[in-house]
Amino acid sequence: MNEYLVNIENERLSFFTPAGEVKALNDVSLHLREGEVLGIVGESGSGKSVTAYSLMGLTAYPGRLIGGSLQFNGHQIEKMTEKEMRKIRGNEISIIFQDPMTSLNPVYTVGNQITEVVMLHTNKNKQQANERAKELLTLVGINEPDKRLKQYPHELSGGMRQRIMIAIALACEPKLLIADEPTTALDVTIQAQILELMMELKDKLGMAIIMITHDLGVVANMCDRIAVMYAGKVVEYGNTDDIFYNPSHEYTKGLIRSIPKLTEKEHSKLVPIEGSPVDMLNPPAGCPFAPRCRACMKICLREMPPYTDISDIHYSACWLLQKQEYEQAQKGDA
Amino acid sequence: MPKNKLSLQLNVEDFLPASDAEKESLTVMRKSVGFWKDGIRRLKKNKISMISLAVIIVVFILSFLVPQFYPYRYEQQIRGSENLAPMQYSQKELTAMEAGEDVFPHILGTDNLGRDYAIRVMMGSRVSLMVGLIASCIILLIGSLYGSIAGFFGGWVDMIMMRIVDMIYTVPDILIIVLLSVAFDQPLKALSQRPGFQWIQVIGVNLISIFVVFALLYWVGMARIVRSQILILKEQEYVTAARALGASSGHIIKKHLLTNCIGTLIVTTTLQIPSSIFTESFLSFLGLGVAAPMPSLGSLASAALNGLQSYPHRLFAPALMISIIILSFNLLGDGLRDAFDPKLKD
Amino acid sequence: MMENKNLVEVQNLQQYFPVAGGKLFEKKVVKAVDNVSFGIKKGETLGLVGESGCGKTTTGRTLLRLYEPTAGKIFFDGEDITKVNMLPYRRKMQIVFQDPYASLDPRMTVGDIIGEAIDIHHLASNKKDRQDQIISVLSTVGLNSEHANRYPHEFSGGQRQRVGIARALAVNPQFIVCDEPVSALDVSIQAQVVNMFEQLQEELGLTYLFIAHDLSIVKHISNRIGVMYLGKMVELADSYELTFHSVHPYTKSLISAIPIADPETSRKSKRIVLEGDVPSPVNPPSGCRFRTRCPYADELCAAQEPEWREVSTGHFAACHHLDKVN
Repeated sequence: MNEYLVNIENERLSFFTPAGEVKALNDVSLHLREGEVLGIVGESGSGKSVTAYSLMGLTAYPGRLIGGSLQFNGHQIEKMTEKEMRKIRGNEISIIFQDPMTSLNPVYTVGNQITEVVMLHTNKNKQQANERAKELLTLVGINEPDKRLKQYPHELSGGMRQRIMIAIALACEPKLLIADEPTTALDVTIQAQILELMMELKDKLGMAIIMITHDLGVVANMCDRIAVMYAGKVVEYGNTDDIFYNPSHEYTKGLIRSIPKLTEKEHSKLVPIEGSPVDMLNPPAGCPFAPRCRACMKICLREMPPYTDISDIHYSACWLLQKQEYEQAQKGDA
Repeated sequence: MPKNKLSLQLNVEDFLPASDAEKESLTVMRKSVGFWKDGIRRLKKNKISMISLAVIIVVFILSFLVPQFYPYRYEQQIRGSENLAPMQYSQKELTAMEAGEDVFPHILGTDNLGRDYAIRVMMGSRVSLMVGLIASCIILLIGSLYGSIAGFFGGWVDMIMMRIVDMIYTVPDILIIVLLSVAFDQPLKALSQRPGFQWIQVIGVNLISIFVVFALLYWVGMARIVRSQILILKEQEYVTAARALGASSGHIIKKHLLTNCIGTLIVTTTLQIPSSIFTESFLSFLGLGVAAPMPSLGSLASAALNGLQSYPHRLFAPALMISIIILSFNLLGDGLRDAFDPKLKD
Repeated sequence: MMENKNLVEVQNLQQYFPVAGGKLFEKKVVKAVDNVSFGIKKGETLGLVGESGCGKTTTGRTLLRLYEPTAGKIFFDGEDITKVNMLPYRRKMQIVFQDPYASLDPRMTVGDIIGEAIDIHHLASNKKDRQDQIISVLSTVGLNSEHANRYPHEFSGGQRQRVGIARALAVNPQFIVCDEPVSALDVSIQAQVVNMFEQLQEELGLTYLFIAHDLSIVKHISNRIGVMYLGKMVELADSYELTFHSVHPYTKSLISAIPIADPETSRKSKRIVLEGDVPSPVNPPSGCRFRTRCPYADELCAAQEPEWREVSTGHFAACHHLDKVN
């Protein structure tokens, strides 16, 4: 569908390691419109980062896309060559990573790293690129841009480095910014600054953001839509309000129940999700969440649940919904 | 959104709740693998290491077992059989064979004193291996003790101990060996007259000097490696946890630091053995090794230089043996390092 | 139940670390913990929050004398333990670490790890007794005897953390320093472990110092909370009081910076976003350390360190301009 900026359908991706095939993504589908913010929520092993990297064609060896369609801005990503991908990386689609210290090159100045991107994708010469770099630094809220351009990453604080990363990512005004846990390594007060900055820039430049995180508070704040992932599958997708106030999947419900809320006045016990995360080398045959699910049924252990629509924009992969439909169909017959 | 239409193959029973047992059957813990089993499994997969190990075993059999059954002895001089070529028989032996006696062939010929060369090469390997192993043990003991103390206590202790190590590095080893040989000569000769000390004569003053020098000088490399390992391990959180439990320093060194070093120690020692063997070989080559008639691969090679034109095999045999021993130990050591290196853990 | 006497107390605790660099005769120090005082009552949980460089982890470890304090006093159950032999106190005061991967010796089985605690303090009379104790404490944390023979790398993060807790419990302590025990765990596992801490506190009458940077979790489990910034404690109050009626500007901005997992509330709430970055602990600002980021700072704040005062019962703070802020 052309109305979507990003449209991933039934993506399958596996890592072929010496220990066996790790099915990192097992039928992932999600979409995003221009100017929207999509949050991908999940824990370690859920596949959220893998999904984003695959959209940029950055899947690390020994990973390989084995199925599905990835559409971005009119391109069919899975069919593009490396050369074609390079043209759009940094240009139409950018990414900022979790740890700014390791994603910035320590031996180049900050200014150098920004101008590198500018000159790669535009016809600007060194001087013009420098001007653009200064513009960007101001855009991301760094004062004294002249001085900063000449500094090295280790001379800057964590928050500053993340701003530099954002500046590099926005240099060519991409349509989509992928933010892979951009504030997990930062202090809470710095996180607030960075998130505020990202929202400002989103409005200014009209770009879409895919926000990958495990922090439900961050997505509640920033995102229009949320995809909840577990063990390589999108288990629920919907508007932010849908997900928080009308969660359907047991995992989503479990997550929301298990985080302590700062604003609650009474002390209530946390309701944890029992069990441990899935061993990705040996995933269960049916729904990956089945062993930990309170409402697990026999069929959940055997077969992967299909997606069921709850509303136009809210769907979930759960046999319970199928059970409801089945029962309603039965009643209809009777 | 993409979704699958309801499959008509479902039935009511599928929607019954699953029992706990059914759920648990899906979460099975993987088989337990200990550190050693895991490492050995990895080592077995490494073909080169396995071949090296096989070669080493063969060398050991040749050096220690075969001489027990060999018809010739290394110091046995057979009159009339001097300077035989490989597989050649002397006049005397030919006559004996015609008379019906069984004469074991000289596979590598004999040397200029009529001693069977094959047994001398085998004995030479034994000496080289033993020197290599004993020297490596000395180095391991002294080096790891020194290094772990320096690494664990840090501060002034570490600084002084490491400066001593630096000084030892600058000492010229050959010079010390020569000096010690000269210095020890008389006292050891006197000692060897006493009952129970005859072995000193067999081994020779030179070899004893070599051992002393190994104990004095060559452990510094091991000390440095162990110290750097200990420095890293010392900062690990499980060491802090042990301290928080009230463990004493000795307990921590023994239970946590050294055990986590063992992988490195084994690998370093395995790689130290060929180095020691090589050192002994070249010292023997220079005439500073075992006393005659006890052969060493190095002294055999040295003696072979004289008749190199006519009897080239006398040099090639020991040289080849040294190369095989050193190469095998090096390859095995590399394999061990790959197998037990925690960084390569999956 | 909480008694009135302090089980653990620190007075004017200082922990300065020497730092490399600087001129030849100039000794540079990092004032990681600078003049911190608080007490924890028996059965209570005191939470300690702050951002990186605030000194909360250092405080916890100095309290257990894993680092020797540069100055100040530490008291346990009324006794001054600042300079004594710690071995008998190691039974009474334990610690659970943040990183479940690094805090367990990879070469030891789980049974050995817990057995070590028992052996150091000679708590078992014979082999069978030792084994029984190990199984018993493992079951307290939800693991069983089969797990005792396995190695740390065979477990998930949450399970390893349980082993760490079991190790601390093996000596029957009265007081446990919980040093960011859930920060390295997945969100769905954090709740399990936090619940376990609460349950153990009820069953065994434990006292906790709970250190974390996540205020939501700290508020959930703590009776009182202390907020630290650059080595100093800036506010200390009952959990509810601190969350809803904090007085210090740093606490207020910390609370407002936390993203709330509730879209409606989050849209309505007003953010106090602090300018600038956390200053370096090697060179902290003069006077009040928070003044470089504080919207209410003036010359007084630069000249003089604010006093630690009781602003209402049990509620302490250090700020020159509390009336302006509130």
